[in-house]
Amino acid sequence: MERSAKSRKSSRKSDDLEKMDEIDGQVGRIEAAHRIEKSRIAQDKLIGLAQLLYGQFQQGIVPHISLPSRTKGNIEFSAKDDVWVYGNQETLRSVKTVRVAKTLLKTVHLSELLLKEHLKNNRGSTLREIYYISENWDIAKFHEQAESDRLIEDLEIVTSLHREDFHVRPEEDGAAVFGPLRLKEQTRRGEKEMHCQEDVGEAGYQIPFNVDNIEFLSHDAKMVMAIETGGMYARLIENGFDEDYKAILVHIKGQPARSTRRIIKRLNAELNLPVVVFTDGDPWSYRIFASIAYGAIKSAHLSEHLVTPTAHFLGVQPSDIVDYNLSTDKLTDQDVQALKSELTDPRFNTPYWEKQIKLQMDLKRKAEQQAFAGKGLDYVTKTYLPDRLSEMGII
Amino acid sequence: MEIALELARQQKAISVAEFFEKNRQILGFDSAPRALITCVKEAVDNSLDACEDAGILPDIFVQIKQSGDYYQVIVEDNGPGIVAEEVPRVFAKLLYGSRFHTLRQSRGQQGIGISAAVLYSQLTSGKPTRVISKIGPGRPAHYCELMINTAKNEPEILLENEVEWERPRGTRVELEMEGSYVRSRRQSVYGSLKSAAIVNPHARLTLVEPEGNMVVFERVTESLPKKAYAIQPHPAGIELGELIKLLRYTDKKKLRVFLKETFSSIGSISAQELCSRAALDEDRPPASLDHEEAKRLLAAFKQIKVKSPPVDCLSPIGEELVKAGLEKEFRLDFIATTVRPVSVYSGNPFLVEVGLGYGGELEKEGRVEILRFANRVPLVYQQGACAMTHAVEGVLWKNYSLGQPTGSGVPTGPAVLLLHVASTNIPFTSESKDAVADVPEILVEIDLGLKEVARKLRRYLSRQIVLSERREKEEIIRKILPRIAQKLSDVLEKDVPDIGPVVAKIMGNLLIFRRRLAQNGLTSVSIVVENHSDSVRAFKLHELLAEEAVAVSPEARVIPIGDGYDHHWKLSVGPGESTTVSYSIHSDSMPHSEPVVEGLDSEIVTGARVI
Repeated sequence: MERSAKSRKSSRKSDDLEKMDEIDGQVGRIEAAHRIEKSRIAQDKLIGLAQLLYGQFQQGIVPHISLPSRTKGNIEFSAKDDVWVYGNQETLRSVKTVRVAKTLLKTVHLSELLLKEHLKNNRGSTLREIYYISENWDIAKFHEQAESDRLIEDLEIVTSLHREDFHVRPEEDGAAVFGPLRLKEQTRRGEKEMHCQEDVGEAGYQIPFNVDNIEFLSHDAKMVMAIETGGMYARLIENGFDEDYKAILVHIKGQPARSTRRIIKRLNAELNLPVVVFTDGDPWSYRIFASIAYGAIKSAHLSEHLVTPTAHFLGVQPSDIVDYNLSTDKLTDQDVQALKSELTDPRFNTPYWEKQIKLQMDLKRKAEQQAFAGKGLDYVTKTYLPDRLSEMGII
Repeated sequence: MEIALELARQQKAISVAEFFEKNRQILGFDSAPRALITCVKEAVDNSLDACEDAGILPDIFVQIKQSGDYYQVIVEDNGPGIVAEEVPRVFAKLLYGSRFHTLRQSRGQQGIGISAAVLYSQLTSGKPTRVISKIGPGRPAHYCELMINTAKNEPEILLENEVEWERPRGTRVELEMEGSYVRSRRQSVYGSLKSAAIVNPHARLTLVEPEGNMVVFERVTESLPKKAYAIQPHPAGIELGELIKLLRYTDKKKLRVFLKETFSSIGSISAQELCSRAALDEDRPPASLDHEEAKRLLAAFKQIKVKSPPVDCLSPIGEELVKAGLEKEFRLDFIATTVRPVSVYSGNPFLVEVGLGYGGELEKEGRVEILRFANRVPLVYQQGACAMTHAVEGVLWKNYSLGQPTGSGVPTGPAVLLLHVASTNIPFTSESKDAVADVPEILVEIDLGLKEVARKLRRYLSRQIVLSERREKEEIIRKILPRIAQKLSDVLEKDVPDIGPVVAKIMGNLLIFRRRLAQNGLTSVSIVVENHSDSVRAFKLHELLAEEAVAVSPEARVIPIGDGYDHHWKLSVGPGESTTVSYSIHSDSMPHSEPVVEGLDSEIVTGARVI
């Protein structure tokens, strides 16, 4: 709307400009139309859900919705997309218990919020804000943010849309990116173009929560490296690894947020770049890799959208602990439990992981990425990474 | 000189007093805190026994004072008092008492308790015990200071005179001893008086603690416990030696009379039967029986069925007062009690009472507290050695909704157990009367009593579950469903949907609604009845119409009432099934109110009025 108003104003200046603005205005109109279309779909889906429940009341059916079970037992491999998705097990949410009845009431409240505040007025809230908004919902108030987060995921599943479609955004920081990549970001204050080595500070380019507002323009990269810890990310930048090996470095900041996984997926799919994941050598880090490469149990409904099936685990591998004689810590009881649980996790059911996990259980040790510093600050970039990357056939 | 002669010169009799002087732990004076508790307990037990014998509601005053390095214990009652000549022996001679030779339930039995306290007091503080006793108003009070001559086990009176005392009657004893006063736990003077108050709801107990703090355990009933009467020994479980002793020393001349007069529950017929079974002449003098014949007689005891001993020898607390006692000391949601019938071990009648309190402010986890009582006396020490504890440990509590982490042992959960064994002779494991011995007959009775209250608990809890399910459904229906319906209508901008049918389904109700179809000025009406419960519903369905309906199916009985017609159907609808009745009527005669159901509770019917 803003754009077409501008174009009407400038049309009085000159014919040439008028022509140019006309094109600009058309683009704006198309974008607006696209946005309106997307928001209409979201509205229709939410109203459809309300109608379903309303109809159940009218027909005297005990109100319920059914959802796929979101458990480790109900994820299966989709050969079509090479990712792990929810299986056929469904749980029925029926108002027969107070807990579920309240959940349905909250679902209806939430739908009303998304319809009447978000979609109708083109506004948005963060996950945390939604938790606070529910303070006014009396018995439908959320007890903790995890509850409202879960309910929003449920809505994504029921409507097969993404929370961004409902204008819901996370608080969590997205990843930072550093490397030979030029991109354009659609911000609320217009388009910004930047190069992720030349135009950014030492921390790199901070990606927005809605990664689909980014357009990749050009690049000179041969691979994408996702790095768990800030310390290692900074080490590689300081050592010039991104330049020497033409690598786009992505700092995933622990368990990766959706936007982080989405940008990795897009870099892989759109630029056709191989993705390697470099984490600590402990069971929790393997789960970070799994959520990038195989999908997370909590968000398996978004696997096609977020998962990079061709991502490779670079390290730190349990076998590296032996091969590179790294300084280690003892596995805690929780670590051992986590390893055992991974052995029964369908995502880790491969000969590679079985071998590595069993080796680690024998060693009873774990190692951090930074353990390479014990062999000199350049060791990781001069020796370990080149070794591993050539072993993996990336360089 | 021969060694044996030498040794024989050293042999000499030991006085009981000397014996206990050296073995004080046997009497419960083994530690400083415990000595105080035992002393108070012995004095209070005596007071309670005396008051009950005299038919007086006990009002007992206990004060603990610190005096120098010692504690002073004062126990004062409103009992019948003790005549002046008896006072020295009652307090300062061990094994002197009125109860040892009778078979009757009382707290004291052997005549050791209070004199042991006197002995302990004189051993540790070197001070005499001071006693005031008054046997009636208008009589002077008698005061004396006593010590025990331990070599002879005889009292020594140091001072004796008449004094003024404000009480109309009663006894006051004052002892000074080494000790140590604790409060916080159950094993304390405070704790043991509190426990005593639970099983003696007819007594008022007042305690003044060393810092001057006063606690009153008020009585909750004005009626005295039923008086326990002395009885003869019961033949069940009597031992051979005992029988021979009775045979030898009886003054009865004939065996039949001996049997009838010496034992309880044996009449002439049983006596004759015993003699014939033992192949003994019933006119024989009892003392003439030899060892072999006595054995035959004992065998005969075991063969015939003798009725239980009379209950009068025992004085149970009673279910009402067990309940009142528990309520007095705990905040509880539920109390179950039971009093077992009188039973016998080794000729001694006994009975078991059990109380179980649940919920309220009890701790949700942790081991269940066991309050043990023997003849209304709280037992606070050696819980692990007691038959009552062993019986509790032997029950599979998991079957009764309490936790039992290791599969046996004291259960866990928000419960408290009260156990009372009453007997003419409680078999304690030691003279300090801390724990009841594992007598098989007693264990069986406690076990049965525990299971009885446990079953009551299980019934209560399963009823609670049903109730809470009902409450949960109420909450869904009254609070949540209407809001969901309201919100849906807000979102969709439509009318609020009728939640009635859904309510009926969730509540498992009978749902009744009309369907109508109008044509040519006639309306055909169907009444649909859906049974959402798990059981068959049989009832009468009434439809009050202004005119007689046509095309009624199935046929209805029609009764003219006032200016209308009552149409009714007898219906029976199986679980999960539905049925429909239909009729036609002129459109302007449509009923305005809901159909009427007769013969069901209104809370299980939705969509109809219930009469």
